[in-house]
Amino acid sequence: MQERELILAFESSCDETSVAVIENGDTILSNIIATQINSHKRFGGVVPEVASRHHVEQITEVINLALAEAKVDYPDLTAVAVTYGPGLVGSLLIGVTAAKTVAYAHSLPLIPVNHMAGHIYAARFVKPLQYPLLALVVSGGHTELVIMKAAGDFAIIGDTRDDAAGEAYDKIGRVLGIPYPAGKEVDRLAHLGQDTFHFPRAMDDSSDLDFSFSGLKSAFINTVHHADQIGETLNRNDLAASFQAAVVDVLVHKTCRALAAHPVSQLVVAGGVAANQGLREALSAALAVQFPNVDLIVPPVRLTGDNAAMIGAAAHVELAHGHLADESLNAVPGLNFAHA
Amino acid sequence: MKVLALDTSNQAMSVAVMVDGQLMAEELLNRKKTHSEQLLPTISRLLQANALAPSDLDRVAVADGPGSYTGIRIAVTTAKTLAATLNLELVGVSSLAVLAANVTRTRNLIVPLMDARRQNVFAGGYQWDRGQLVNVLVDRHLALSQLLDQLRLLNQPVTFVGADVPQFRATIEEALGSAAHFVDAIDALPHASRLAQLGGHAAPVSPITFVPRYLRLTEAETNWLKTHHAERHAPYVEKV
Ligand SMILES: [Zn+2]
Repeated sequence: MQERELILAFESSCDETSVAVIENGDTILSNIIATQINSHKRFGGVVPEVASRHHVEQITEVINLALAEAKVDYPDLTAVAVTYGPGLVGSLLIGVTAAKTVAYAHSLPLIPVNHMAGHIYAARFVKPLQYPLLALVVSGGHTELVIMKAAGDFAIIGDTRDDAAGEAYDKIGRVLGIPYPAGKEVDRLAHLGQDTFHFPRAMDDSSDLDFSFSGLKSAFINTVHHADQIGETLNRNDLAASFQAAVVDVLVHKTCRALAAHPVSQLVVAGGVAANQGLREALSAALAVQFPNVDLIVPPVRLTGDNAAMIGAAAHVELAHGHLADESLNAVPGLNFAHA
Repeated sequence: MKVLALDTSNQAMSVAVMVDGQLMAEELLNRKKTHSEQLLPTISRLLQANALAPSDLDRVAVADGPGSYTGIRIAVTTAKTLAATLNLELVGVSSLAVLAANVTRTRNLIVPLMDARRQNVFAGGYQWDRGQLVNVLVDRHLALSQLLDQLRLLNQPVTFVGADVPQFRATIEEALGSAAHFVDAIDALPHASRLAQLGGHAAPVSPITFVPRYLRLTEAETNWLKTHHAERHAPYVEKV
């Protein structure tokens, strides 16, 4: 009988406290997520000190729930994994400290995991990954195109020059009076409206794969403010549809350009914004026409947001490579993949 | 009883191991380096030096604040995780009490004090009574001037303790004159041995609900509460 590999994984990089138990890198035995969204809604965005305090409140209970739901106990575990960056330092430190302590107390190997690698490996719960693959990672903090030549090998080929896509959603959401986080509601409104405003798309014809959303954000805000000044009321659905169309156009355009330059058989869409319906629809439509042989993998919504299951999936690969940390592991808030 | 004691409330970090009331090991590091990097290696080294495994411990005592918010979270998270994962007893002790416990040979009122910025301090009042350190003025976040006004009214000798005291010494002496007493630079630092001693008697708490004593809401929450009712917004955190 093959021995079960059981990884207890921790994720606390932003405003979700999550602990999961992952079997053999591809099976979720438990994935407890305590989200602080309702707390940060009060402030219109994540307040780091408040986030850190919630993580401390939650962490012990979340560990216990993850073990109980997976029906495993400490002696069954193979290793402990934790997100050590990128993210908010105070938030990261709670997961890192708790994970290190569990690993130390039970003499288990400790696997440090890059949060972005976790987002990409969420796709592993959908199907086995084939390399090389391309990943579009879109979240509140990141907009990146990442090429993976082999398991555990990540290189950035495209990055945002200003705002992350999810950040742009939250900023225009504020202008529309939509509470943080705005992505889901803007997506809903967009499906009720039409792209009538034709906001600018930052898509120069050079070969670079970088993104920019600040011009779009300014155009949106100027349009709304101008209408306010002359007492005109704009159609919210059309505003949302026009904004989303511009974001999605840029994401799809650059992703297709990346696919043309880097032939792969799988495209993984990862990160919180991967839950966006408009983006999913536009990407599958573009792939069907331009890259019919590329397999689009979008993890289920529960796995696109921050969660520890994805960290456990990435940790499985890191463990196979022997990438371990010791008791001095620290949070690295600015951790990033190398640029290709 | 085997007690592990941890204090990372401020710049200095201290860890101690006490077995049946006997101090077996203590380490104090006052170099500015992240507690996150050095706390667990220090615990590991001190236990190993005493041929103890973490599972041999009976109790973890932690200085749970006030202090640097990030600092107290490191020791508190380590302590509550260790206690929960190995089924050990957990006790939280005020970081101010740990400082006060340094001043053993006095009948004075002992006032441990930490800088909380903008002329505010975290401070409490302690006194020895038949070998027990008793909290007589509850730990608070308050303006230094307010603290000194209250201490002047008490009209008794006060010993100030804490690494931040020297920067307030002139102000304190101006307010209290010869009633103000001070300790040396060594007693100004937290010693986990004192924490282990204090924590040996306290009643254990649940690691699940254990949180630091910040003694202060975040600025964002304070502002929000000026115009909102907390009850109507709860729960802040939900398992999804
Ligand atoms: Zn994320």
